[in-house]
Amino acid sequence: MGNKQTIFTDEQLDAYQDCTFFTRKEILRLHGRYHEMAPNVVPMDYTKDPDVKLPMQLIINMPELKENPFKERIVSSFSEDGEGSLSFNDFVDMFSVLSEMAPRELKAIYAFKIYDLEQTLNKLTREELTAEEITLVCEKVIEEADMDGDGKLGFADFENMISKAPDFLSTFHIRI
Amino acid sequence: MPKHEKSTEGNDGSGDNEEGSAAENEENVKGTDKGRKRATPRTARSHGRGRARHGDEENEDDEDGTRRAGHHRHRNRRRGRAAGNEGSDSDTEAAKARKNQANQKSKEDDEEEEDGKGGKSGKGKNEKKVDKKPDKKGKKEKANKKKKDKKKSGSGSDSDSEEEPITEEELAKLKEEVEEKKKLIATLRNKPWKMKKKLSVLKEAQLFVEKFEGALGKGKGKKFYAYKVMMTKKWMKFQRDFENFKTACIPWEMKIKEIESHFGSSVASYFIFLRWMYGINMILFGLTFGLVMVPEALMGKPYGSLPRKTVPRAEEATAMNFATLWDFSGFAQYSVLFYGYYNNQRTIGWLKFRMPLSYFLVGVGTIGYSFMIVIRTMARNANDDGGGDDTSFNFSWKMFTSWDYLIGNPETADNKFASITTSFKEAIVEEQESRKEENIHLTRFLRVLANFLALCTLAGSGYLIFFVVRRSQKFALEGLENYGWWERNEVNMVMSLLGMFCPTLFDVISSLENYHPRIALRWQLGRIFALFLGNLYTFIIALMDEINLKLEEEKIVKYNMTIWEASLYNGTIPENSTAPPIQVDPADVPRGPCWETMVGQEFVRLTVSDTMTTYITILIGDFLRAVFVRFFNYCWCWDLEYGFPSYSEFDISGNVLGLIFNQGMIWMGSFYAPCLPAINVFRLHTSMYLQCWAVMCCNVPQERVFKASRSNNFYMAMLLFILFLSTLPAVYTIVSIPPSFDCGPFSGKTRMFEVISETLEHDFPSWFGKVFGYASNPGLILPFILLMVLSIYYLNATSKSYKEANLELKKKLQSQAEENKRRNKQKAQKSNEQEENPFETEPPKPKGGKQDESTPNQDNKKGQDGNESKKTGQPQEASSSQVLQHPSLAPSNHYPPQSQAGNLPPPSIAVTRPPGPRRYGMPGYPPGNPCFPGPQPGMPRGPHNYR
Repeated sequence: MGNKQTIFTDEQLDAYQDCTFFTRKEILRLHGRYHEMAPNVVPMDYTKDPDVKLPMQLIINMPELKENPFKERIVSSFSEDGEGSLSFNDFVDMFSVLSEMAPRELKAIYAFKIYDLEQTLNKLTREELTAEEITLVCEKVIEEADMDGDGKLGFADFENMISKAPDFLSTFHIRI
Repeated sequence: MPKHEKSTEGNDGSGDNEEGSAAENEENVKGTDKGRKRATPRTARSHGRGRARHGDEENEDDEDGTRRAGHHRHRNRRRGRAAGNEGSDSDTEAAKARKNQANQKSKEDDEEEEDGKGGKSGKGKNEKKVDKKPDKKGKKEKANKKKKDKKKSGSGSDSDSEEEPITEEELAKLKEEVEEKKKLIATLRNKPWKMKKKLSVLKEAQLFVEKFEGALGKGKGKKFYAYKVMMTKKWMKFQRDFENFKTACIPWEMKIKEIESHFGSSVASYFIFLRWMYGINMILFGLTFGLVMVPEALMGKPYGSLPRKTVPRAEEATAMNFATLWDFSGFAQYSVLFYGYYNNQRTIGWLKFRMPLSYFLVGVGTIGYSFMIVIRTMARNANDDGGGDDTSFNFSWKMFTSWDYLIGNPETADNKFASITTSFKEAIVEEQESRKEENIHLTRFLRVLANFLALCTLAGSGYLIFFVVRRSQKFALEGLENYGWWERNEVNMVMSLLGMFCPTLFDVISSLENYHPRIALRWQLGRIFALFLGNLYTFIIALMDEINLKLEEEKIVKYNMTIWEASLYNGTIPENSTAPPIQVDPADVPRGPCWETMVGQEFVRLTVSDTMTTYITILIGDFLRAVFVRFFNYCWCWDLEYGFPSYSEFDISGNVLGLIFNQGMIWMGSFYAPCLPAINVFRLHTSMYLQCWAVMCCNVPQERVFKASRSNNFYMAMLLFILFLSTLPAVYTIVSIPPSFDCGPFSGKTRMFEVISETLEHDFPSWFGKVFGYASNPGLILPFILLMVLSIYYLNATSKSYKEANLELKKKLQSQAEENKRRNKQKAQKSNEQEENPFETEPPKPKGGKQDESTPNQDNKKGQDGNESKKTGQPQEASSSQVLQHPSLAPSNHYPPQSQAGNLPPPSIAVTRPPGPRRYGMPGYPPGNPCFPGPQPGMPRGPHNYR
């Protein structure tokens, strides 16, 4: 709790702590980061739940996200309006899911939202693979992970695959 | 705030709906409106209870519902009395209705969101719920039973007796619900909901808990929980830091990672091997340095005190010249660096350090340790290979888990992109390789031909080497002075020429074979290895000749020595033999040739020159070539970069073999030159940096980047072979050649290993020597060896059978997975067929109620046109897997599979309904519940049904 200024009420902080994997301090720091991105728009006083949203453009320029090839998708899958702007709630939510305390299942759910086949591949390899190779990889992925044989990668398939991946947990998180 | 409440109540509504009792069902058929209108009590209780079970599955038994209806009325009353601040409870009907409508809408939104974007979110929830359910259910049922009894007795009065006290059952019930709420609060953060929803749910739950906790005693867990969370976090942080620290301790990790990302794992495997070698050599260096060199330098007699520790008079003039030192003669020769410097004094210094014994044991220990570590590493690698390497999701994992979200540095990101691309390329090469179909006969013929050619080359070069060595021996016997330059350097020239051209030849030959690059690398390595063995052979032969020569020389010197000594004594003090010997400057004492030092020098020189050659080759062959290609490309007639010279690729096979043979030299020579491990450590250290730099700056990746096998076991096997080969001459010299009489720690003994028996004699009690003598009796040793052989045979046999069993199991697993896949496919097809006529499969409207109409339809529709890739496939996935489940469920459900929802029995179902959990699969289940969207429930359970 700031001495000079109240950003959140105690209840709010408690609530955030219950809903996320963050401690009080971290939530305040998150707010600091959020505020810092647009000091004019984001109020310092959050006790009254102001309805403020930051556009995606600002969010993806955070150093934590800047180099991430999926930054747009990450942000848009956490945004409530689907257009990519994040309210503070969404913002906290995003980093909570990406924090290292979050369980695998939760991460898998959001990872599923973030990834899709061809785009992912192109982003990962900076479009250095030929079209043939991309097709091959996509085919292989479907072949490997598609358990029910419908030619698509459903969440069940995705989760099954992710749950066996050795380094999903260690890579799918952002420290903030 | 009002909004939150609405949404939760909406959930309650649906929850009530589907768990409504048989009696209530009739009302429910007409929709929720009725339920809503029923009375405040009901809404109010649903307010409370619904919250409690908000995130939970709602498929309670019907009777349960009835019971609850009564029960909740109780509670409602009680609540009204207990808590004064219940504005929400006393809402008017109109307000309720409004709210419900609103929340219905909002709930539908919710559903759409969940079904459309993340049907999975629902699924994830479901899974958790499913996990949670059984125990809770058990409890609840118990509680309910009690409830029922109670109700039977008091149902008549409970509608009007307002002041009824809280019964124990109710208390238990309440407690349970509070517990549930608490659990919900605790697990809320794991729910994939939007923050807004989470916050509102949290608020509801907290209100509830607060309200009733007073009646039940304060919750004490919170503080402890917070403490626990804090500790977990701290622990995780510590673990992370420790992990980081550990990684930071691995030398050159970043360098190798960087190379791996640009050049692929095959090139990286060389560097990892190099690093491993570095580690081994560090230990060898520690042994020789700590136990031999330092004690001798500190505690042994100082330089100049003994003839063996002094530069002879004849060499004194040039002893400090750089050329001499560079050649490791002069002062270098008469220093701790070489065997000859060590004194044969049994103990040195105040520590009574047994120098000869230590020297011997270190020599033996070096070799023993190397054997042990190589074999252990090989075994561990073999384990790695056999065990956890699950490649069933190779591509998927590469695709979905390879990006590290922690990367925030542009350079690292670049590297990561490169490495991901490389790894994809590697995987693609593997895949293409496995898919390749070709003319088997042609390939076989070509391979046989290639092997034949390679064998011919090897045999030819082998004969050439043999011939040249024989010739050179003849020349040496006749005296080299009579021959010209070529004859003198014939062996070296032939060897280097062979070393230059044969690998290229093998390269050409291997292109005939059309192997996977990894296998091709192995063949290449094997062939060059065989060629280099010739190298080794000539070297050892030359060395043995030299040793024999020196031994001859030694005999003469020994004879001369006695004459010299006699003349010394005769000349000065003819009669007094007991007088102290005359002081002669140690530099003037005649001395033997000391073949051990000579051998050590040879090895050191060889190592140094080898290192120099390697570095110069790197500088000229890679760096200058790269510079030339890069800068002359501007003014050249053809494209240098893509045309003829181009940039060089990293020569894995050559480098690996260089490293291995170099190590062989170290093993052979370190007994006679204790400095050799130190030199090698230095060499490896510099070559790590130099080669890393050279690779990154002047080489280009191979055309086909291929994935190295995770274990370097092939390298290791070669290393083991070389180790064995290099041990042979070392052991031979130690065991069967008498040590020089005037230099080294073993001088004066007939064999070097006598130091052991000497120690046994002097430093151990006599019984120990006796025991040792018995133990070394061939009658004991032979049976022991036999036993060892037998046990090795037995272990080998068992490991083989385990391996086979493993393979068998793997195969079984694979076939099972395929079977599953096929079955799933069939089922999916069947379900697709069913979906063709959606009206049959759709849940009946009356049952689902108003709320539920929209979603299943949407699902089906989405499912039908969701033929794109993954994203849109999701809803369909859900719906299809819902359907997918039915065949397996059907028998237990008593419904024919076709009937699904369409023929769902009317409300009378309450009587014949199957036990609770199975209701998931039932299509009549309202999918409109946001906490528990209809289609998904089946999914997590799906696979279990088949097993």
